[in-house]
Amino acid sequence: MPVTDLPKKTAPSRLALPVFVPNFMARASLESANQSLHDALDNSVTKKDYSRRTMLAELPDAEALRTLAGNIKRHTLDHLDYYLELLEKNVLAHGGQVHFAADSQQANDLVIAIARRTNSRLIVKSKSMVSEEMELNNALQAAALEVIETDLGEFILQVDHGHPSHLVMPVIHMRARQIGEVFAAYFKVPFTDDPPTLAEMARVYLRNRFNDADMGISGVNFAIAETGSVCICTNEGNGRMCTSRPRVHVAIMGMEKVIPAMDDLPVFLKLLARSASGQTLTQYTNIITGPKRPGEHDGPEEFHLIVMDNGRSRILAGEYRDTLRCIRCGACLNACPIYRKVGGHAYGSIYPGPIGALITPLFNGLAEHKHLPHASSLCGACYEACPVKINIPEMLILMRRDQVRAGIATRTERWIFGLWTWGLRHRWSYRLGQVAQRLFMRRLPAKDDWISKLPGPAEGWTRVRDFPRPPKHDFRYLWKEHQAKKDAMRNGQGVLGERPRHE
Amino acid sequence: MKVSLFITCLTDLFAPSVGMAVVKTLEHFGCEVEFPADQTCCGQPAFNNGYPQQARTLAQRMIRVFRGADYIVTPSGSCCAMIRDHYPHLFADDATSQPEALEFVARTYEYIEFLTKILKVDLTSYRLPEPVDFTYHYTCHMRGLGLTGDPCIDLLRQIGNCRFVPLEKAEQCCGFGGTFATKYPDISGAIVRDKVQCGNRTGAQVMIVNDGGCSMNIGGAGHRYGCKFAVRHAAELIAAALEGGQGNAGH
Repeated sequence: MPVTDLPKKTAPSRLALPVFVPNFMARASLESANQSLHDALDNSVTKKDYSRRTMLAELPDAEALRTLAGNIKRHTLDHLDYYLELLEKNVLAHGGQVHFAADSQQANDLVIAIARRTNSRLIVKSKSMVSEEMELNNALQAAALEVIETDLGEFILQVDHGHPSHLVMPVIHMRARQIGEVFAAYFKVPFTDDPPTLAEMARVYLRNRFNDADMGISGVNFAIAETGSVCICTNEGNGRMCTSRPRVHVAIMGMEKVIPAMDDLPVFLKLLARSASGQTLTQYTNIITGPKRPGEHDGPEEFHLIVMDNGRSRILAGEYRDTLRCIRCGACLNACPIYRKVGGHAYGSIYPGPIGALITPLFNGLAEHKHLPHASSLCGACYEACPVKINIPEMLILMRRDQVRAGIATRTERWIFGLWTWGLRHRWSYRLGQVAQRLFMRRLPAKDDWISKLPGPAEGWTRVRDFPRPPKHDFRYLWKEHQAKKDAMRNGQGVLGERPRHE
Repeated sequence: MKVSLFITCLTDLFAPSVGMAVVKTLEHFGCEVEFPADQTCCGQPAFNNGYPQQARTLAQRMIRVFRGADYIVTPSGSCCAMIRDHYPHLFADDATSQPEALEFVARTYEYIEFLTKILKVDLTSYRLPEPVDFTYHYTCHMRGLGLTGDPCIDLLRQIGNCRFVPLEKAEQCCGFGGTFATKYPDISGAIVRDKVQCGNRTGAQVMIVNDGGCSMNIGGAGHRYGCKFAVRHAAELIAAALEGGQGNAGH
């Protein structure tokens, strides 16, 4: 069947979606053995990380730009109430409407109310992380509204009842073959895994839906307070269709997405596309200010901006304020050695990777996601990649401290660290500990000075690699020998004493 | 120049020969090396696991033990980063201890950093007895030290008979991460296997790893899964070149 005659199907339901269950350990263990996932991620995210580096290196001073972007965000967050009021005033001045939502429930209700009032039945949607956070599609479908994801990746996921596994590349965990199977089943067409053919199928299908849609929903990359504009960056043009073709445009943003002025926007545009996808600029950069004005032919009749809190003001008030700088570029995911091995789904949240490991517990609870702050080697690749300089490793350590304070860390762990610290406060106890470790480990079976099985809590180490057997003499012993030799030489006795016995 | 060696607990117990290579090379370049025997640990494991009070106790001890040293030099990047990145914060709310803490931080150097920034050594006149191909794992904590270029590679390349082979994904963490390696063995194991495979593909005989934890991790995985290279600290390679002698340089 030629792709132009695809059946006009109703929107795929996403109601059957299983909710995320925080089961990091099980999921991470499973995925860390999944070589095909590692290969897929290496081919995509690792490569994206390299193109980010290349693109940033082409800027005259990327480091200064990142600092500037971070400072603009810091300033805005420090005066967030002021800039949100300014944004509201200027959106209203251009004929738009602004709604503040305390949580995702309120935000969903607002969208549904707008849909009902404007008699909208079919809704097209461009990619938006905040809408995923709200589980907007489920809410809309529960209200008997038809909603279609129009970003290719999100569309595939909607058809497949799946969750995105990356902030900007939602289907990075799927191979072309899997997508082909999903489309063959959904469109009732012969199987193909040719990417252009698959993309064409989605394009033809979506084109019709754009024409029929009553309402378009988009996210917001940046909201400019000074002008009351929203900026939306996409690569497929679906964002432009969603925001211009239907009668009603609803843009949804987390309250941290505001920036002060139009002059600030280029700073972020320069960094966003480079950091996210190694592009100089996304294919489509829309700056939208209000609905269609009198005399204009195109554009929606109504423009609504929903500004959602959903825990953000609580984060703003605490030590993790910097996490609200995030522009959701995904660079930290691409750079992260953990993400490269476990993929996005293991994080049990719509926000995966290093930034997700921070904001998921902040949004949903430290105890529920107790593994996330610990499942990091603190290598700092995320901090180095972040275009707005969020010091993720430092905040992961803060969060570990908060877990200890909140009693989430086990009693045993607290006891071990207490004892360990005490032991290291004295030379004799340090020495006793070192000697005991050496004597104990030297009695364990070893091959070529490598131990293949450690007991107790250290078993985790030898499950996946060997452990070095401590040599017979530690550094202190060799140092003393070295000093004795030097003293002997100084006293004119030559170097004929006993040679040091290394292993 | 008086240099106090901070050996770190891992090197003391598991890699004493690295410590001796550090001593010999520093002495060769004219340093008077001291080893304050009261030293224990910088507190990094406690700090990274969310126990800043305990880390602070050990930090105070470190500062006391190394009082009076001109320079404190350590062969471990992560311990140096602990001191440099986190000691200032640990004493941020204590006006009496903070000045000495900051002064201690300013005197502390990672080994390669000390060779290149303070001693400004030149190794062009030394050579290894046999040709060696080495590759370099970029240990993560060098980021925190601002050593994001390749000062170690540049330094080792000065040695005759010593050829550098680039490592794929050199900047990707080896998966050690302290307690992370034991708490999340599946993830850590997948990451370190990747590192060993990349190392094997270089064909190099030696992988330079300037951090005790990373060396144990890469070496241990290498031994388990098959490894075509030896894991060495830069100090060991430099010590070998110094023994190889001076005067017959040439690449």
